[in-house]
Amino acid sequence: MADIAHTSKGDECEVVLHCPPELKKIPLVNHDRSFAWITENVASICEEKTRRYWWIAFFPLALIALLVPTLLSYQVANGVGVWGENQPFGWAWDITNFVFWIGIGHAGTLISAILFLTRQKWRTSINRAAEAMTLFAVMCAALYPGFHVGRFWKAWYLFPIPNHMALWQNYRSPLLWDVFAVSTYFTVSVLFWYVGLIPDLATLRDRAKSKIKQWGYGLAALGWRGGNRHWQHYEMAYLILAGLSTPLVLSVHSIVSFDFATSVIPGWHTTIFPPYFVAGAIFGGFAMVLTLMLPARLFYPQLDDMITRNHVDKMAKIILLTGSIVGYAYLMELFVALVYSGNFYEYNAFYNRATGWYSWHYAMMMFCNVIAPQVFWSKRIRHNYICVFFICQLVNAGMWYERFVIIGTTLAQDFLPSSWGHYTPSWVEVFTFIGTFGMFISLFLLFMRFLPMITIFEVKAVKPEADPHHEPDHSHGEKSAHPKEAAVH
Amino acid sequence: MAESFKRLHAIGAEFDTTSAIYHAAEKVRDAGYTNWDCHTPFPVHGMDKAMGMKKSWLSAFVFACGLTGFITGLLLVTVTSFGLYPTIVNGKPNDWTHGAGAMQFFFPVMYELTILFSAFGAVFGMIIRNGLPKFHHPLFNWSRFAKATDDKFFIIIESSDPMFSETKTKAFLDSLGGKHITPVFDHE
Repeated sequence: MADIAHTSKGDECEVVLHCPPELKKIPLVNHDRSFAWITENVASICEEKTRRYWWIAFFPLALIALLVPTLLSYQVANGVGVWGENQPFGWAWDITNFVFWIGIGHAGTLISAILFLTRQKWRTSINRAAEAMTLFAVMCAALYPGFHVGRFWKAWYLFPIPNHMALWQNYRSPLLWDVFAVSTYFTVSVLFWYVGLIPDLATLRDRAKSKIKQWGYGLAALGWRGGNRHWQHYEMAYLILAGLSTPLVLSVHSIVSFDFATSVIPGWHTTIFPPYFVAGAIFGGFAMVLTLMLPARLFYPQLDDMITRNHVDKMAKIILLTGSIVGYAYLMELFVALVYSGNFYEYNAFYNRATGWYSWHYAMMMFCNVIAPQVFWSKRIRHNYICVFFICQLVNAGMWYERFVIIGTTLAQDFLPSSWGHYTPSWVEVFTFIGTFGMFISLFLLFMRFLPMITIFEVKAVKPEADPHHEPDHSHGEKSAHPKEAAVH
Repeated sequence: MAESFKRLHAIGAEFDTTSAIYHAAEKVRDAGYTNWDCHTPFPVHGMDKAMGMKKSWLSAFVFACGLTGFITGLLLVTVTSFGLYPTIVNGKPNDWTHGAGAMQFFFPVMYELTILFSAFGAVFGMIIRNGLPKFHHPLFNWSRFAKATDDKFFIIIESSDPMFSETKTKAFLDSLGGKHITPVFDHE
């Protein structure tokens, strides 16, 4: 629309002029805030004196996070036996939690890469926090397979490093693909996040009052000066990273699903897994983004104008969409297993899933992931932050149950009833899992404290006056009459 | 005076809006300057054209890096699985002559390494091409320039430009509507 308004004469501009109010774009930044206002209100969060609330939140969470190193040391000292898993339940909570955390990370990459490529400009105010969330979630995830190998000090066998036994990895194993996928994912996410941070670190450097901050942010900003000759390559690098992250994020959860799909266990051996896992990951990840961002808006009310009702609304819609895809996958899975396949073991696996020992997990999964997000059809609920937060908690829980249902129920009751077995998590597993939440949220609080939570330069760039053809002084006749349309295209 | 030891690095002018710097940039380009730059708090859409710049060649470099990653992955899996330590899984062929028939299993590793190398290429290519990291630059001597990462826009014409002349360039920037036109020196 903007191009029409700018490049063409008379008639087509009339189209813009008579645009009915309901077709007008909702501004991405409310109250028409200035560039300086954006800089001031985002940067001040990391410049002001640490608030008491922050300490009140951080201290207990950091203490909970200490459970992770403590209990993992205990596990290393005593062996994997301190976890409750045993044959036939070899992959219990730890792989469940691995898939849970890595799935959460996917929303961050989706926001930063896929929404960038599809030119969804509303992503600008949430992408930084979502990418940070990705990194912390992948850190939590990577702990599990690392420690599940048992002899943690030999975890380096996972990587192709020449060793004294002249052994090499089996590159035909999906578990090894996982090693490559997850480590690539983490590295690329760190690079993407850091590249996005460089201009904002320069902003913090230029605003810094103390020598230490100037040095710290200055070193990290690499001497960024914002010249267009730099921006040119920067934008290209950013575009390429977005283009690379998109197939990467889809491949990571596909490969995670191959861990299951390439096995011959009934309930795992299905081709529906890759798209179903990816949709589930985005679904759960957006719920976690909202879980973190809604309280952040409460802490820092100035973010209201950048993370608007419209943003929350759009994220709720994505949760609704991906939740429905997940629901479709659940039903399709049931249809294939119970009706279509004609495979006795497949039939039993799903029958036992829904009615067997872990049926209440299955019911929780269905309720939280399929039924609960359907309330987002209502605009009133999407606009009620308390409701949105509550539904997101259900989704967070539901996605955990989904992974447990896929992993656990399948292992508990496979082919021969004589080799079936129950599983109860040990206290070590329970507290390690609680510890990862402490670690995740306390890392996020540190991020909020020291780095700009919102991508300052990108939010400025989506403002109407960031467009060079935006004329605020009404000197150019019809096209200046609707500056909003002219810029938010 | 100490001033005589300073070397003039550039002359800078400040602008208030995106459209002001955009139109000024077009005029600087048309005047024939080459060693100059527009410093903006965010990438300005269309500025490359206004400055007469060509497309960034970073993508070609990234392609080369991606290709390197792909070949690295290919060699990593084939040399180890066919040569150094042949692994027989699922009865799949594991030698050079027949192994190619079972390559699909090796694809994920090659795929991930292609992406990994490309990402490194994009980030480090950008950093190196931009001459970063650079922890000191004459522009940091100009106190108003700190606003370049906030809400002001700057055109900097460097003294190394063949068309540069202290008086004429100053007058030229003034005619473009630039404010706070300031000579920037190598050191304070």
